[in-house]
Amino acid sequence: MIKVKSLADLKKMRESLQAKVDLREKGEAAENLVQIKVAMATCGIASGAKVVMDYLLEELEKRGINAVVTQTGCMGYCYAEPTIEVKLPDADAIVFGYVDKKKADEIIEKYIKNGELVDGIIPVNYESIDDK
Amino acid sequence: METVKLTIDNKQVEVPKGTTIYKAAKKLGIDIPVLCYMELHDLGVENKPAGCRICVVEVEGRRNLAPSCSTACIEGMVVKTHTTRVINARRTVMELILSDHPKDCLTCPKSGRCELQDMAIKLGIREIPGQEYAEMSTYRKDFSPSIIRDVDKCIMCRRCETMCNEVQTVGALSAVNRGFMAVVAPAFEQDLEKSPCTYCGQCVAVCPTGALTEVDHTAKVIRAIADPNKTVLVQTAPAVRAALGEEFGLKPGTLVTGKMVAALRQIGFDYIFDTDFAADLTIMEEGTELLDRLTRFLDGDKSVKLPILTSCCPAWVNFFEHNFTDMLDVPSSAKSPQQMFGAIAKSYFAEKLGKKREELVVVSVMPCLAKKYECQRDEFKVDGNPDVDFSITTRELAHLIKEFNINFEELPDEDFDRPLGESTGAAVIFGATGGVIEAAVRTAYEIYTGKSLSKIDFTELRGMEGIRSATIDFNGLPINIGIAHGLGNARKLLEEVRSGKANFHAIEVMACPGGCIGGGGQPLHHGDSSIIKARMEAIYREDAGKPIRKSHENPYIIKLYEEFLGKPMSEKAHHLLHTHYFNKKKDVYIK
Amino acid sequence: MHLLVCGGTGCRASASDSIAEKLKAELAANNLQDEAQVIQTGCFGFCEKGPIVKVLPDNTFYTQVKPEDAPEIVKEHIIKGRKVERLLYVDPAKKQKVEDSKHMGFYRKQMRIALRNCGFINPENIDEYIARDGYQALGKVLTELDPQQTIDIIKKSGLRGRGGGGFPTGIKWEIASKNKADQKYVVCNADEGDPGAFMDRSILEGDPHSVIEAMAICGYCIGASKGLVYIRAEYPLAIQRLRIAINQAREYGLLGNDIMGTGFNFDINLRYGAGAFVCGEETALIHSMEGLRGEPTNKPPFPAERGYMGKPTNVNNVETFANVPPIILKGADWYSSIGTEKSKGTKVFALAGKINNVGLIEVPMGITLREVIFEIGGGIKNGKKFKAVQTGGPSGGCLTEKHLDIPIDFDNLIAAGSMMGSGGMIVMDEDDCMVSVAKFYLDFTVEESCGKCSPCRIGNKRLYELLDRITKGEGTLEDLDRLRNLSHVIKDTALCGLGQTSPNPVLSTLDNFYDEYVAHVVDKKCPAGQCKSLLRYVIDPEACVGCTACARNCPVNAISGERKKPHEINPDICIKCGACYEKCKFDAIRII
Repeated sequence: MIKVKSLADLKKMRESLQAKVDLREKGEAAENLVQIKVAMATCGIASGAKVVMDYLLEELEKRGINAVVTQTGCMGYCYAEPTIEVKLPDADAIVFGYVDKKKADEIIEKYIKNGELVDGIIPVNYESIDDK
Repeated sequence: METVKLTIDNKQVEVPKGTTIYKAAKKLGIDIPVLCYMELHDLGVENKPAGCRICVVEVEGRRNLAPSCSTACIEGMVVKTHTTRVINARRTVMELILSDHPKDCLTCPKSGRCELQDMAIKLGIREIPGQEYAEMSTYRKDFSPSIIRDVDKCIMCRRCETMCNEVQTVGALSAVNRGFMAVVAPAFEQDLEKSPCTYCGQCVAVCPTGALTEVDHTAKVIRAIADPNKTVLVQTAPAVRAALGEEFGLKPGTLVTGKMVAALRQIGFDYIFDTDFAADLTIMEEGTELLDRLTRFLDGDKSVKLPILTSCCPAWVNFFEHNFTDMLDVPSSAKSPQQMFGAIAKSYFAEKLGKKREELVVVSVMPCLAKKYECQRDEFKVDGNPDVDFSITTRELAHLIKEFNINFEELPDEDFDRPLGESTGAAVIFGATGGVIEAAVRTAYEIYTGKSLSKIDFTELRGMEGIRSATIDFNGLPINIGIAHGLGNARKLLEEVRSGKANFHAIEVMACPGGCIGGGGQPLHHGDSSIIKARMEAIYREDAGKPIRKSHENPYIIKLYEEFLGKPMSEKAHHLLHTHYFNKKKDVYIK
Repeated sequence: MHLLVCGGTGCRASASDSIAEKLKAELAANNLQDEAQVIQTGCFGFCEKGPIVKVLPDNTFYTQVKPEDAPEIVKEHIIKGRKVERLLYVDPAKKQKVEDSKHMGFYRKQMRIALRNCGFINPENIDEYIARDGYQALGKVLTELDPQQTIDIIKKSGLRGRGGGGFPTGIKWEIASKNKADQKYVVCNADEGDPGAFMDRSILEGDPHSVIEAMAICGYCIGASKGLVYIRAEYPLAIQRLRIAINQAREYGLLGNDIMGTGFNFDINLRYGAGAFVCGEETALIHSMEGLRGEPTNKPPFPAERGYMGKPTNVNNVETFANVPPIILKGADWYSSIGTEKSKGTKVFALAGKINNVGLIEVPMGITLREVIFEIGGGIKNGKKFKAVQTGGPSGGCLTEKHLDIPIDFDNLIAAGSMMGSGGMIVMDEDDCMVSVAKFYLDFTVEESCGKCSPCRIGNKRLYELLDRITKGEGTLEDLDRLRNLSHVIKDTALCGLGQTSPNPVLSTLDNFYDEYVAHVVDKKCPAGQCKSLLRYVIDPEACVGCTACARNCPVNAISGERKKPHEINPDICIKCGACYEKCKFDAIRII
């Protein structure tokens, strides 16, 4: 079963996938949908990203927060691993470094629930390809 | 042909596209020193790993120096072969190689004919800076029945690897380890004995240093001769007489049969016999076996397997015992001439002398290293006493002659002793590829057809081509003959037989390129295949000059059958002159 | 509101901690602690103008803030909503104050092209890649461009091989495309082996599809239907993600036969390496893939003529491939507008060593080492002095203070005596002994040499031995000459890139730190205090009170002395373990 039969197929697919992502970003798909990405490259995993990811999945469910937790590659802040990116509806994505269970708990309680920033933010220090 | 023009040392030269700088320089008479490089032109073998980096030259516009052995000429290239930059690099590299090489030249078996030694002289190396604190890579010495590996002396030229893998397809030797400890060795640095090595000795023949040498039996031979209670017999293989002279500065291809006999007598052997005698005997047995199988095959006997394969070559025997274990019943069961000689010497001749076999010592002079292993095989011993006690190489014999202070060139021609010294031209040609089968055909034809051959020379069976085939007309019956020399070619031919593609009645295989004349125990040819060709011509010259040229006409062979063996393939002949083969597939395992 | 105070080491060194304290206190004093919070963050990568304070949500970016500025920030900005003009960043080009950091994107020294999706998408989900224009470039070349046009784009973009050599990628593709054969191969070199380098691994772990897509594009250009990724088995996660990605691409019909209905066939398989450094060299890599000993052979013939299985083969590194799709989509002009004259685009570096922000960065070519180390990297750890930076891994050289302002590109680094290499960048501080550094790299190359050619097999070993003697105080001035000659000859004669570059750490340290070598061989001293054999522990009789703690703790009884009288260390017995040094409460033990 081949999904992409032509370039047109691929373009259509991209549009719908982007729309899906946009919907998510605008928070229209689900109320208060929080998106969390955990940097799960070798460096992250070695510093405990897997533990943090499991903790987040478990705790967010327990605490009744509607969130999507996904893995992603290396964000480049190896000195601050594990790192996670949290995107609240209607806000810029924010990267937190040195995340352990305790920090994750603080992020859930303060930032995700109340929008209060917590220590350990890693400012994005690069230009993305989309900026140009 | 597309050509390129370039300048080497300010001289213009035009060469075919793809020619290396080294060869282009040679054309101009410029001698670029090479160490690891080796070319065996007629075998189509070129060893140019570009590893030693001695042959580097300066190429204008190139950042670093180029290895001339493996850098192709490019149109307009400007090459300088001996600038100070090049000379300094060459010297420094040579110092590096020597800094990791034992300095025991005094006792090294290769001393005096060591290419590394020659290069050190050529490059004027007088000291090795920092030698006193330079670590050396050292390895366990490996003693096999035929070959000694002292790879502390390995310089990673990889020539042995090329011979073992590309030419012979044996696959016993390859580079192992990395960096400073990299060396050529059997897999997992096992001993050769545990590897698929056939002891063909082609690695020894091309090794530039003392890393690979033959097991030296000369001391044991001297002791045996010196022992008053021993009667020492010597047998000499056909290929020895065509090459021994080279060790004494004679032109390649000089026949030295008579001088060799005289020298052996001077050394003090009690009886100077000829393996050629046993070669004639081999033809009687193998030829009869061929005819027997052939007749039964033609009569529809399904249990008969054809082709019949020759079994004179011990490295070939080792090869098929490892690689063609499903075809162990295909080769002739006839022993090799060396072993036939030993068996007859220690039975028939011992009886004649009225001595016990233990009182006899049989020494063989062979162009071969695998013969050293062959004579130590258990099936060739009677109560632990081997039919052939020691096998020495052509090189070892040359050394003995020199050690005994014999002026070889001045020696008169002398003749072999009787009865085991008489031979025919058919036996002599055993030394060259195609010779055994030609000898067999001469006899088999006459026995099968009952007619006398009008033409004894079967030139269609001769040559240097790796795999050859010819059809001989046996009075209306076409007999298909295959010939292979070099184990790589043998493998190809055998695989065709195994798959049913080839349809031969008989196949001759010799492990060494050119046959025994190119054996691993012969004077070193340093990659010059014209030497092998000259030896081949000598062999056929000797044959042509012999009064008797068919094995079954050798009067002493006829007498041997009358007096002792009965007839070919008789029970006694079977017992003494035939053998069987073993599955020696070696599984490489990790210690 | 949020006040983000940079907690990067650089800013902390300039009192960002007390800025945060002051801000908190000031907010509390004004009873604003609930309205505005002070948050400590990681490094902003703008250490040159630190300490940084950023105010959210209006993105005001204050630079060079001092603790005494805290009241003004709170009173003016938080209470009155007026920005503190004098602390705003001044755009050096426009000579204008920048109020909103969103308008000063250029302070971000990094630019992500190869890493564009790393840390953005879920690498195990092809949909996320497609949502970010994934496989559009492949679609574009297959439907709109012929192979030569595509090659021309790559050529025009100025993309050069990111594996170390810097050979122009487009030309490489063109050569492979022109060689006729019934089968050709595209090989991705993922045998990353420099110590401390992990650029390729991160790309494969974070964005495997970009490599797959680029390989397919390359296959289209050179006429190959088979791709192979040579990846070291030590990269299990990268292998896993790559496998998932290949399977997903096959499922979507983006690999396989008749891709997007264009009749183009391409598929990729993996080949695992055992981690030999030399197998990153393309001929050795090919031999390894063929099941032979991983050894280089003389070039020519280049893989483009005779490569894998004797067929024309194009080998590119992971990062090179990752750059290809954006070039196709955004155009050669866009790409070539980034970077320097001869080195276009960006380069990923793995920052390591004595640097605060160890990590993976991607910067435009032409950025200076100073910007990378002191801004993105956040400067040297523990406030130590910068001494050298090693680029190019074991093949590179050590660059110093005087090289810090050289714009980084392929040619400049070579001119400075180092090289780009694959992108490892190891920073050293004043505590690093440069002879030991050279020795460390030689130890690596000795270990990783394949042993095929004598200069590399034996020469590197001898270099190592010389360096070892020097660090032990056994070296002579003559040894320094030998080091130099040997290094030059090895460079000049070794067979492959490994050997040709292995003496670089020696040569560059000899050039840049000759005095340090001389100190080792003449004065028998290690200025950095790192070479154990050259250290001596002595007791300062003035400071020693004779407590006997040192003597009691010395494992070899090298210390003697009467109670309450100054002690002495017998240097012949001392093994320099440092136990006395740690135990002395009176700082009486000196290391000289």
